Amino acid sequence: MESGMAQANMSGIPEHQNDPFDDPLKGFSEEELLGFLRQMLLFRRFEEKAEEGYAIGKIGGFCHLHIGQEGSAAGCIGPLRPDDYLVTAYREHTQALAKGVGPKQVMAELYGRASGSSSGKGGSMHIFGVDQAFMGGHGIVGGQVPLATGMGWAIKYRGEDRVAMCFMGEAAVNQGAFHESLNMAAIWQLPVIFVVENNEYGMGTAFRRVSATKVEERSAAYHIPASVVNGQEVLETFRHFEELVKEVREGGGPRFVEVRTYRFRGHSMSDPVSGTYRSKNEVSEQTEKNDPIKILRDRLFEADVLSQEALEVMDQEVRALVSEAAEFADAAPLPDPSELYTNVYSQINEHGRLFFDGRDR
Amino acid sequence: MPELTYREALNEALLEEMERDDCVFLMGEEVAEYDGAYKVSKGLLDRFGDLRVVDTPISELGFAGLSVGAAMVGLRPVVEFMTFNFSVLALDQVLHSAAKMLYMSGGQFNIPMVFRGPTGAALQLAAQHSQALESWYAHAPGIKVVAPGTPADAKGLLKSAIRDDDPVVVMEGELLYNIRGEVPEGEHLVPLGLADLKREGDDVSIITHGKMVHLALQAAGRLQREGVEAEVLDLRSLRPLDVEAVLASVRKTNRAIYLEEGWPYAGIGAQLVATIQEEAFDHLDAPVLRVTQADVPMPYAKNLEQLAKPNVERVVDACRRVLYRD
Repeated sequence: MESGMAQANMSGIPEHQNDPFDDPLKGFSEEELLGFLRQMLLFRRFEEKAEEGYAIGKIGGFCHLHIGQEGSAAGCIGPLRPDDYLVTAYREHTQALAKGVGPKQVMAELYGRASGSSSGKGGSMHIFGVDQAFMGGHGIVGGQVPLATGMGWAIKYRGEDRVAMCFMGEAAVNQGAFHESLNMAAIWQLPVIFVVENNEYGMGTAFRRVSATKVEERSAAYHIPASVVNGQEVLETFRHFEELVKEVREGGGPRFVEVRTYRFRGHSMSDPVSGTYRSKNEVSEQTEKNDPIKILRDRLFEADVLSQEALEVMDQEVRALVSEAAEFADAAPLPDPSELYTNVYSQINEHGRLFFDGRDR
Repeated sequence: MPELTYREALNEALLEEMERDDCVFLMGEEVAEYDGAYKVSKGLLDRFGDLRVVDTPISELGFAGLSVGAAMVGLRPVVEFMTFNFSVLALDQVLHSAAKMLYMSGGQFNIPMVFRGPTGAALQLAAQHSQALESWYAHAPGIKVVAPGTPADAKGLLKSAIRDDDPVVVMEGELLYNIRGEVPEGEHLVPLGLADLKREGDDVSIITHGKMVHLALQAAGRLQREGVEAEVLDLRSLRPLDVEAVLASVRKTNRAIYLEEGWPYAGIGAQLVATIQEEAFDHLDAPVLRVTQADVPMPYAKNLEQLAKPNVERVVDACRRVLYRD
């Protein structure tokens, strides 16, 4: 499928990306194809390791897994340059990995260790990587959308050719922050790609139950070109985003994309996988038929790009990487108690008291 | 020294800092073509253009968050809230993004920006337009808060706030914009965290901030006619807080009241009372009293509004009580 579909569509009415007559592997080298598989497999094994860490009490708090949505992390983020900004919500471990934050640093953050990507102060929901332009995991639904818009503003202010990409779940499109941001991105034509990962459920509430219009219609009011892509098809997603990133980088203004996907686990580790809000059958059918890793794997088997043996080797390799990350995290030191008061302010003023709990006395 | 209005002093601070540093820009409702709802940004659009003086939609949450995002990548935004009442719509971004970004990123992203605008009541603006929300902002670690009461402090504190590497909330006073005072030209910086003794006295300390400084000085004038010398300590900065200056004044007078426009419950005065009793208990000859807004939403009717607001009589009365003169 040749891209270029989004730019002519200034009405905001979305265009769909599926074209069943096209060869999905066309244009990718074998190395690239195996690279996508390996990356998604790493994401899957990483999240499974986090699940394990949570079960044995190494990881605490809220822990939102991306299992089932790996195609979106790999496909959307793949076309970004290292200096392009990526801002996201709290289901962000694999997005951080996709942007180049190391598995060891992310796992150590989940473990609450000093070697973690946020020195153990952020945890699962607040992964940051200044060197990778990974601008954070943010915990308030929709709160990251104005931030991304601001990075787009800064790009325009400085006349740079970067782009800012903003991930959110579909539930975020009902927040005021989302609408205020899209409006400003449109009036100032900011280089921001708003990416909605639609996994159908905001925690345990189906999107359709709480939304008057569809996700894909939400940018129409602001005349931001919209598109829809199947996030379980990583190659299609990658191609689409390659084109979008190019358009935005060249000054095309903001874009809005619905990435259709599905979450195979509960909202967070403390929530059930299924129950009143979705059936066991629904989840098992999705897991069976709509797994982005299986979909690509089968295509690569069919095209003779991958053998069962090669897949097993690949899987062993990524499992080793993930185990290494967990071992690193487990061996990493806890933050020093003195770190409690660091990073509250970056500038301790010469005069006056900043802390009121007795520390300064 | 030239005499300027508070409004002109703020304008001068913005102009000087925007000339000094290309990363500084001003964003808010009506700040550009309209010259600001209170004309604080008069002339800045012509001088700096519409990329640096930016009219926004009425989207406080959106443009506050946009500015935090811009600050994350090194710009130094100044966000104007038309009044701090409207800032409540943006509180998510101030509290969850600006105040916490440095901490939750383990020191990777500081937020060098300013949120500014008027706080407190003007005249008959009723319940939703008359609030003094200083304690809401001072409450959260990660934020700094200043509240200038004079034109010189307005210029000096705003300039320091813009240069500070953390988010600083600059709370001005709607009824202060027209007051005049001497303002040093050029590089006039008032450091954050430094209180200012606006009047010296030995008998009682009136500790206050922002617009209430003027009420405190009037009350001190009245008390002088009764033979009482009141000291007026203007905190200027609420976080960082010049605790040393507070304690020094209390050690001298042994009696203190806190005067503020906001409500009493968990107000700035409540913190001051806690700090004074924790750290200067033995120096106190009387309980520390507070003069605040009545603990009600601001009424519209003129007579009720006057009853709700702090006034000279109540300040004088509180001072008499801590002096056991009534």
